[in-house]
Amino acid sequence: MIFFDNVSKIYSPTSTALEGVTLRIQPKEFVSLVGPSGSGKTTLLRLLIAEERPTEGRVFFDQDEITALRPKELPYLRRRIGKVFQDYRLLPTKTAMENVAFAMEASGKSAEEILHDVPQVLELVGLTDKMSHFPHELSGGESQRVAIARALVNRPEVFLADEPTGNLDPVNTWEIIRLLLKINELGTTVILATHDKEIIDALDRRVIELEKGRVVRDEERGKYISKE
Amino acid sequence: MLKETSSRIIKSAVVSFWRNGWLSTATVLVMVLTLFVIGGLLLSSVLMNTILDSLEERIDVSVYFLPNTQEELIVGLKADFEKIPNVSAVSYVSQAEALERFRERHKNNPLILESLAELEENPLEASLNISAADTSKFQEIVTAIEVQEEPTIDKINFFENQRAIERLSKIMVATRTTGAAIAAILAFIAVLVAFNTVRLAIYTARDEINVMRLVGATAWHIRGPFLIEGVIDGGLAAVITAAIYIPTVWFLAPNIQNFLDGINMFQYLMGHLLEFFAILFASGVLLGILSSILAVRRYLKV
Repeated sequence: MIFFDNVSKIYSPTSTALEGVTLRIQPKEFVSLVGPSGSGKTTLLRLLIAEERPTEGRVFFDQDEITALRPKELPYLRRRIGKVFQDYRLLPTKTAMENVAFAMEASGKSAEEILHDVPQVLELVGLTDKMSHFPHELSGGESQRVAIARALVNRPEVFLADEPTGNLDPVNTWEIIRLLLKINELGTTVILATHDKEIIDALDRRVIELEKGRVVRDEERGKYISKE
Repeated sequence: MLKETSSRIIKSAVVSFWRNGWLSTATVLVMVLTLFVIGGLLLSSVLMNTILDSLEERIDVSVYFLPNTQEELIVGLKADFEKIPNVSAVSYVSQAEALERFRERHKNNPLILESLAELEENPLEASLNISAADTSKFQEIVTAIEVQEEPTIDKINFFENQRAIERLSKIMVATRTTGAAIAAILAFIAVLVAFNTVRLAIYTARDEINVMRLVGATAWHIRGPFLIEGVIDGGLAAVITAAIYIPTVWFLAPNIQNFLDGINMFQYLMGHLLEFFAILFASGVLLGILSSILAVRRYLKV
């Protein structure tokens, strides 16, 4: 479903984010990207939503070559990929419900669809009672759940989570991870970038480890560190 | 679908204009300033042109005739002169009229009036006053008169006034071109200031733009609200500017008219109000749209 074909991203001669990365991700997989800060996890995700263009190599999403899409086609690609980040990126002037509805409006959904889907997806993330709260009235865990609802509401095929639990305490962290697993069960491919050892070890799913821009490990049921 | 999208875009523009109250106010006010400059340039160029035109009309060349030249002869010459190319008008001033005007001009000077009364004959000469369509053509006109070698002509005052006339017409040309250049520079600066203000307003929305891109909004969906906001800014600024200009011009017009002896600016403004407002409105809206497009473009890349 997702195919990185010998991809390199070189920002400057002294700064190489990715080097010769080749990897394949199948539909409905749950993949963890691990590695220290600066190892290229975020760059990999950014290439997938075409926020960056690789210096070399090609990236495919189903039949589409992402690296060859015209700017006009990018929004339609991005609607097929849900994204959450460490810093939530909610709009501070909109309520939880409006933040989610905003994603549907942006992709041109009708008012009926929005009224029907938004409460449903907020129920899925367990925030029905906080629908009309503004982001500053929500806790970190709640904010991230709103962000997940926003990423889910357009029914993406792939779900990208870039350090989604980086700012959260253990209880909230597990709630978010359980949500990601639920999303995966419902049939969405999930790519989780993290450096949280406990999460990786507990997940017992495919792990891809990056180091200085190279894939140094790709295991079907990986632990955080397998160097023994 | 299209209708829903456009109404959504318009709604979001209005909401954002309203929620960012202070920023919107500041943007509109800067635009008012810009449009005020543009309007001022417009009105002052009208004023300058009417003053220059009336000055130009007043420049004429007088052909003086020896005393006791027969009136029929002068009237005949008047018809001849009118046929000379570039002559716009010829008027006849008889000896009696010249005397009358002289008395009128010096009515406050008893000494001159007394000495005039001493004289038995009218000392003033009859004259034909010639105006030209273009002040730079006087030389040709005067040459055309001279070749006729009319013996009754005493003198042509062009030669006395030649330098003054030439200088005046040079000043007119210079004033018009420098006026246009200054107007262009001022307008350019005003536009830059307005552009920067709009850019600043959009800069504050860069997170929102980022999120929109993230969730897959098309470029036009992102641009749309900012464009509409630009239109609101520009349109509102045009209305406010016009609302400031009307009473200001009404207040100043009588003084301007007295001082510069030009036209009544208020009457002119009211006569051309629709055009004046249309120019302000078009400039404001265009400025708003252009600034928005250029400012959003930065955040739409990739």
